[in-house]
Amino acid sequence: MTDDQLKKVANEVRKGVIIGTHAAKSGHPGGSLGAADIMTYLYFEEMNIDPADPHKADRDRFVLSKGHCAPGLYATLAERGYFPKEDLETLRHIGSHLQGHPNMNDTPGVDMSTGSLGQGISAAVGMALAAKHWGDTYRTYALLGDGEIEEGQVWEAAMFAGNHQLDNLCVIVDHNGLQIDGTIEEVNSAMPIADKFRAFKFHVIEVADGNDMAQLRAAFAEARETTGAPTCIVCETVKGKGVSFMENQVGWHGKAPNDEEFEQAMAELSKEA
Amino acid sequence: MADVKKIATRQSYGEALVELGAEHDDFVVFDADLAAATQTGKFKAAYPDRFFDAGIAESNMMGLAAGVATTGRVAFASTFAMFAAGRAFEQVRNSIGYPHLNVKVGATHAGISVGEDGATHQCNEDIALMRTIPGMTVIVPADDVEARACVRAAYEYEGPVYMRFGRLATPVINDRPDYSFEIGKGIVMREGADVTIVACGLMVAAALEAAEKLAADGIDAEVIDMHTIKPIDAETIIASARKTGKVVTAEEHSVIGGLGSAVCDVLAESCPVPVKKVGVQDVYGESGPAVDLLKKYGLDADGVEAAVRELLA
Repeated sequence: MTDDQLKKVANEVRKGVIIGTHAAKSGHPGGSLGAADIMTYLYFEEMNIDPADPHKADRDRFVLSKGHCAPGLYATLAERGYFPKEDLETLRHIGSHLQGHPNMNDTPGVDMSTGSLGQGISAAVGMALAAKHWGDTYRTYALLGDGEIEEGQVWEAAMFAGNHQLDNLCVIVDHNGLQIDGTIEEVNSAMPIADKFRAFKFHVIEVADGNDMAQLRAAFAEARETTGAPTCIVCETVKGKGVSFMENQVGWHGKAPNDEEFEQAMAELSKEA
Repeated sequence: MADVKKIATRQSYGEALVELGAEHDDFVVFDADLAAATQTGKFKAAYPDRFFDAGIAESNMMGLAAGVATTGRVAFASTFAMFAAGRAFEQVRNSIGYPHLNVKVGATHAGISVGEDGATHQCNEDIALMRTIPGMTVIVPADDVEARACVRAAYEYEGPVYMRFGRLATPVINDRPDYSFEIGKGIVMREGADVTIVACGLMVAAALEAAEKLAADGIDAEVIDMHTIKPIDAETIIASARKTGKVVTAEEHSVIGGLGSAVCDVLAESCPVPVKKVGVQDVYGESGPAVDLLKKYGLDADGVEAAVRELLA
């Protein structure tokens, strides 16, 4: 796909985020919108996957370590054809396969159950280690939040991945600068992020605009070519990207749009497309 | 039972892994810088490329094991019970239990028989913690023979398993040709009519010893080796309780939430009878030689015998 085509897909994914969280009357639209371009690029351009065969052995793996951005992952998977887009309206409803945080046993295309922050990256490292050990060809991608990396387990996992030179692992930090209680600086910043991952023996790529497909394309290409070390892509993103009143607003971390806000958000996103 | 052969179940664990490794190459073993103590060092020596040291990072180790298990292989994750069930509880619950992954947690140095290291390392809460996780199988083997069988059964079983092993060398009581191990199936070690003693881990040998002493006084105790705490063998417990009408539970674990509680859950619903729980009485342990500690905290044949006499009095 061209960058423009990918951009259009990401816009559809954003609509899915709004539809899902609006229907759920809860959930996390801000981070999901901010990471929509990253997940779109991964599922529509980067990863070796087949929506018709979600468990195929050699598929690339994606672990949403920041599991609260499930609305974004679900919208991406639905857009990619893993399940009907109508399912997004069942998000967080009793009996739905779309749980508040991802469950690999419920949702086609979800490679690991996540939600408790800091744990997903460990599973991703385990997947990458397994591939190295048994000679599997797949690559593993893990998406983390810049608030999530305050969890100590993230650095336990990073230490192991760096020491084991897992170059089939690509960690992406969604660096939008906001967490629930405020900006990451106000709360307990893990800055400088790039230097930290370098210190943990990662090849680090800094993406100035993580909502730009061309920049994401270049970064993932570089990650793929990197040998002898895992890659960490630190992506500067805009939380709430694409919906004017949600952009860079802490308050939209974990709040659903009401009917009026839903209409406005959908109108803005429809203008984009 | 001074002349009985004694082996620590952690040693059985390490050796069983080596045996399993000779037969299967679809599993790996993780440890967290305790390979010599947990005895996974034996596996490391035999199959260095199939052993991974997570370092002193138990939470990450559980996640690594989960990640491996998502690929359809099996991962053993080993450390002390304190760190496996305690520190990494939430990782075991959310990254292993919730997705029901094929991770086998080999937890050694459980209970007060850790000895000199003292209270920080004496985990008397792990059975309680692990049995609350939906879908988790919890096994506490009684001796070397059972520990080896449990490792093999855990490997073959589909789903997460928590195995509890001890540091202290304990009597081998199941070395007989007709021994067979089945997850979730307790073993009646001694038949009796007056009282039922349901035990696990090193307390099974203590219960058998107590039963011999009680027999000298004409008290006929039935002893059940309840190696699987979850799923608990309700059928065997109820059948025995119906026969004897009195139950003593014995475990090297807190009396809160462990084997005793699991047995009470069964009896309260299906066969209410008086129960006396032998275990750690809601206190922390302390430093000291393991055998002396077991005696001090009533976790030996004398402790079980006293509990039975109290219940029958």
